[in-house]
Amino acid sequence: MAKAKSNTEDYLRMYSQMVRIRTFEDNANQLYLSAKMPGLTHMYSGEEAVAVGICEALTDDDRITSTHRGHGHCVAKGAEFKAMFCELLGKVEGYCRGKGGSMHIADQSHGNLGANAIVGGSMGIATGSALRAKLQGSDDVTVCFFGDGATAQGLWYEVMNMAALWRLPVIYACENNGYSEYTKTEEIAAGSITARAEAFGIEAHQVDGQDVLAVNDLTRKLVARARKGEGPFFMELMTYRYHGHHVGDINREYYRSKAEEKAWRDNRDPIIRFRAHLVSEGIATEEDLDALNTAIEKDAAEAVAYALEAAYPDASEVDQHVYAA
Amino acid sequence: MREITLSQAVNEAIAEEMRRDPTVFLMGEDVAEAGTPFKVLSGLVEEFGTERVLDTPISEPGFVGMAVGAAMTGARPIVDLMFGDFIFLVMDQLCNQAAKTHYMSGGKLTVPMVLRTNMGATRRSAAQHSQSLQALVAHIPGLKVAMPSSAYEAKGLMKTAIRDNNPVVIFEDKLMYQDKAPVPEEEYLIPFGEAHVKRAGRDITLIGTSSMVQVAEKAAAILEAEGISAEVIDPRTIVPLDEATLIESVKKTSRAIVIDEGHQSYGVTAEIASRLNEKAFYHLDAPVLRMGAMDVPVPFSPALEDLTVPTPEQVVANARRLCAGELIHAA
Repeated sequence: MAKAKSNTEDYLRMYSQMVRIRTFEDNANQLYLSAKMPGLTHMYSGEEAVAVGICEALTDDDRITSTHRGHGHCVAKGAEFKAMFCELLGKVEGYCRGKGGSMHIADQSHGNLGANAIVGGSMGIATGSALRAKLQGSDDVTVCFFGDGATAQGLWYEVMNMAALWRLPVIYACENNGYSEYTKTEEIAAGSITARAEAFGIEAHQVDGQDVLAVNDLTRKLVARARKGEGPFFMELMTYRYHGHHVGDINREYYRSKAEEKAWRDNRDPIIRFRAHLVSEGIATEEDLDALNTAIEKDAAEAVAYALEAAYPDASEVDQHVYAA
Repeated sequence: MREITLSQAVNEAIAEEMRRDPTVFLMGEDVAEAGTPFKVLSGLVEEFGTERVLDTPISEPGFVGMAVGAAMTGARPIVDLMFGDFIFLVMDQLCNQAAKTHYMSGGKLTVPMVLRTNMGATRRSAAQHSQSLQALVAHIPGLKVAMPSSAYEAKGLMKTAIRDNNPVVIFEDKLMYQDKAPVPEEEYLIPFGEAHVKRAGRDITLIGTSSMVQVAEKAAAILEAEGISAEVIDPRTIVPLDEATLIESVKKTSRAIVIDEGHQSYGVTAEIASRLNEKAFYHLDAPVLRMGAMDVPVPFSPALEDLTVPTPEQVVANARRLCAGELIHAA
């Protein structure tokens, strides 16, 4: 594991946030499999170190834009289980009053500008948030999360050009999980992805996305520099999604082998790795961490139970919020 | 009252709002020193500097997307889209992002931005610089759509658009930039969703948008000489639409023609005609007629292009037939 200067509290919070994401996703998957959740959802499991490593380097004033695979970003940026499960189930107490669902889930009060169901769709929004920060003399930074598949969208090249021209405080965080929906990324991406950012004169980094400390360390450095006007930056985070493209993508051996999935789970799991680090460094005991896990599982179970019983939006909500007052 | 051009009116509206509110800024292709190809924005960069009047690369989806993000986080961007035809390039950012953000966030995020662009054929600019695409955006819930018909409306609607907390698309007719109209020196705003009865009449209602208001007014003058009294109404915004004023007029006149420069099929004229049929059917003495642009790509040759847009003469001919009780049914 990479070394990051921090204290026990920060370490345990990072561990806890990663476990919260995994636990949220396990529950979401069960809700889908038991037909209690409307629609589909895209699991973040396996990529926890990316969202947590990055968001733990941000303040509430810093903004993020998220993706269709956005539950992890949402938790990592400070959301609570109850309003998240309510959103997932289309209930009125959800963060978006049940109008967004899994693919648009966001706790806006913590600087999450929304999850976007158009691949690459938020690249302009994130860059525009950074433009606003620069124009208004604000020192917040915006992180734009997107997957490797989104690097095929032209929008990215347009906004990187402007971000670089105007030195905007935006960090493009590409979660490279190896698959662009149902296709291997190597089949859709020519050349190097970091070189694409470098072509605009943007400093680019590749980092092990399964190592939460490495991700956090790099992000802290880049955020501090972006606040001083040295941005934009690009990070390619090498990671892996344990599930298929979405929860219904079960039989996927035609594009990805079970052996490959097992190898990532067994050898590179971000939570197992960080847990081992915490224990070996004497930061926490196995018992401490078990107790944390148990508390998170209980929190999730209570939130799921609450959301299942919670009210749907009233029919009068259907044409509310089309226009702002 | 002083008279200024539509171009000056837009410029004044933006300058006044930029002075009033420091969060308002402008971005687009050649908006700064060039002041746009139509020179509508000339002088603004000199007053407000390049921090608030940003020349962008030729990247329409990119800068419209950035305007959405800036608007979501506390700025009020005005985006200049050099030609209305380029709206096809920005559809995802406008219709999937800007239009839906407020709703998808359960009302927690807002997108107070203005996209100003243009429309209008007969400038000999061929099929990709001449379209009137207001129907496309009017179809998408979450967007407001304004269509100024003179310098007076252009200024009042622009100021309202800038203060609105929603994404607003303003279509200016590029052939009207040099047209003058009386515009008060003192400040005024024109509320959205309030149609303007430009001319009162008895026998037929002519509803026109943007430059088609002038077409309707010219037709009304000709009809008056023939003893037909036409009422001319400018909806000013097609979203929101002041349905009540239109219906009230048709209940009085019993006949209506709707004129808009977008393609006739599936267009603005069809929408308005349909609402009149639904809500004023028993007051009608004749079918509501639609007059849009022909359903062809806009041709370059003047000999062809002039055939594609509604003219006062065509409006007059149709009004005569409606008032004479001539059946318009297909054979």
